[in-house]
Amino acid sequence: MTTPGGVPRVVLVTGVGRYLGAHLAARLAADPRIDRVIGVDASGPPADLVRVLHGVDLRPIDLRSPGVLRVLVDAQVEAVAHLGVATVADPHGGGRPAMKEHNVIGSLQLLAACQQAPLVNKLVVRSSTAAYGASFRDPAIFTEETEPRAVPRGGFAKDVLDIEGYVRGFRRRRPDVAATVLRFAPFIGSSADTRLLRYFAAPLVPTVFGRDPRLQFVHVDDASEVLLRAVLERHPGTYNVAGQGVLTLSQAVRRAGRIAVPIPEGGLSTLAMAARRTVSLDQLDLFVHGRVVDTTRLVKEFGFEPRSTADAFGEFIAAQRSGALLGPDVVRAAERVILDRIRQVRAARAALEATRD
Amino acid sequence: MTDVDTGDSGPGDVWDDRVAGALAFLRERLTGDYDVDEFGFDRHLTEGMFLPLLRPLYKTWFRTEVEGVEHLPKEGPALVVANHSGTVALDALMLAVAVHDETPARRYLRLLGADLVFRLPVLSEIARKSGGTLACNPDAERLLCAGELVGVFPEGFKGVGKPFADRYKLQRFGRGGFVSAALRTGTPIVPAAIVGAEEIYPMIGNVKPLARLLGAPYFPITPTFPWLGPLGLLPLPSKWLIAFGEPIPTLDYTESADDPAVVFNLADQVRETIQQTLHRLLERRPDAFSA
Repeated sequence: MTTPGGVPRVVLVTGVGRYLGAHLAARLAADPRIDRVIGVDASGPPADLVRVLHGVDLRPIDLRSPGVLRVLVDAQVEAVAHLGVATVADPHGGGRPAMKEHNVIGSLQLLAACQQAPLVNKLVVRSSTAAYGASFRDPAIFTEETEPRAVPRGGFAKDVLDIEGYVRGFRRRRPDVAATVLRFAPFIGSSADTRLLRYFAAPLVPTVFGRDPRLQFVHVDDASEVLLRAVLERHPGTYNVAGQGVLTLSQAVRRAGRIAVPIPEGGLSTLAMAARRTVSLDQLDLFVHGRVVDTTRLVKEFGFEPRSTADAFGEFIAAQRSGALLGPDVVRAAERVILDRIRQVRAARAALEATRD
Repeated sequence: MTDVDTGDSGPGDVWDDRVAGALAFLRERLTGDYDVDEFGFDRHLTEGMFLPLLRPLYKTWFRTEVEGVEHLPKEGPALVVANHSGTVALDALMLAVAVHDETPARRYLRLLGADLVFRLPVLSEIARKSGGTLACNPDAERLLCAGELVGVFPEGFKGVGKPFADRYKLQRFGRGGFVSAALRTGTPIVPAAIVGAEEIYPMIGNVKPLARLLGAPYFPITPTFPWLGPLGLLPLPSKWLIAFGEPIPTLDYTESADDPAVVFNLADQVRETIQQTLHRLLERRPDAFSA
């Protein structure tokens, strides 16, 4: 059925309306070993991604509709990459209830369709390290086996846990399918429109008073490389995908030349409620307790190491220098001025004392 | 006239180095130009700020004397198990200073703290930056596997929050989770006895209802707190002695990490060693505040 190397001939990618999905679909379409790539997105992709999606067979299908199964069977799809999971509620598109419906019911229906499609032998699901939650009772570093101590309170995290639960059920019913679950750290990149990009865009950045969470990022290009390998090769199981090492939030803010504005925890909750658009409860817990994952399994199994968190963040800030208030050049210049001043004053005083003698 | 400015002015002298060093430290802080490990340990801040702040307390205020540093490995992991006391856990910090300043390799002691520490703002931040992490087996084993010196206080709050009348009486050692962590990683256990912390804030009373109200494990009354207000927060200048004992090897028991009999036996052995060392050190120090 499949080619000897395990490379599928027909791949279906969901969520091509977003950066990661579009780029994965494009990279798959560019692979000569793959005959056909079908891109699914409920609403057509935005204008800037249409160009990227050249060569991808676009289908505006809602995952909750029976149309998915028909496509899977008719097009003889062999691998499915499920990236159509929304991370934030769209206030203009039905808010959180619509997001949950899309994420949870959409995934459920897609998995049900995959189960009934006999040719599907590979399933790759985009999950998130948000599944671990974040609390003060958690170990400092999560491995794939760590169970969350408490159900995360963010909507996205809850959806991700539900979806992973469905994948477990799917694995039992279709043991012949290699199901890969990829738990991604927050994405960062120079061109992708990520939530972090919006967070670091302002010169003043809100942080939580008395907390300096450890953060990990993964560069979107590395995320897409891992997805690509998961589709082309065969890596059943669950994997953390993150850039090695950590940055603390204060360190990231400083490296970006921004200024942190600490806000008490209580006040930030209220602010998050008011500004649902930019901050979610997932992120709030992340900004209090931080989240670090172990990527040993990924590196060993995939033979690929995403660039480190510090490097990924470095590329990100290099791409958007504007808005920095306290860049390294400014600080270095200030250091030089102060040091020279002190030396001048001390030299003058020494000279004065010398003449007095 | 030229011989005047050789020692203390112009570039290249001590004060110039200090000013330049301090400014460079500030610049590195301001631009985030330092590394933090996966547990959040900020070596730059620990060396540049925490240790210099703690040293006067360690040297001048408590006149700490240390014996048995040779029992700490020069490199590679060890689990340092110590007694806990003093109402405020200054003993953990002083133990960390002792390990860093007295070992030739200037090693860091990675402390394991109660979850209360990580629940509180500010405290949680300082704990992580100074190399601490939550007292749980995954973290302990991960640090030991990375070859770190890990410090643990199995008495927990039962030790720090005990009344002054019970000073230098070791409390119960929990479930012995620290022993399983050492067994599973084959790490030697180094018992450490700390004398002096019991007298810094002698707890003569505990207002339990107030503690419950604040969600704290205890609310201490000492001869100076809360009567003297903020002045009551000043620790009494007791004389401190810290002794590291001979390492207890665990390599022979690696398979027994889940065997409660082995774990309890080993925990008891560690506890007994610390208790006996405490008695021996107390004889060396007839009076808590002199010398």
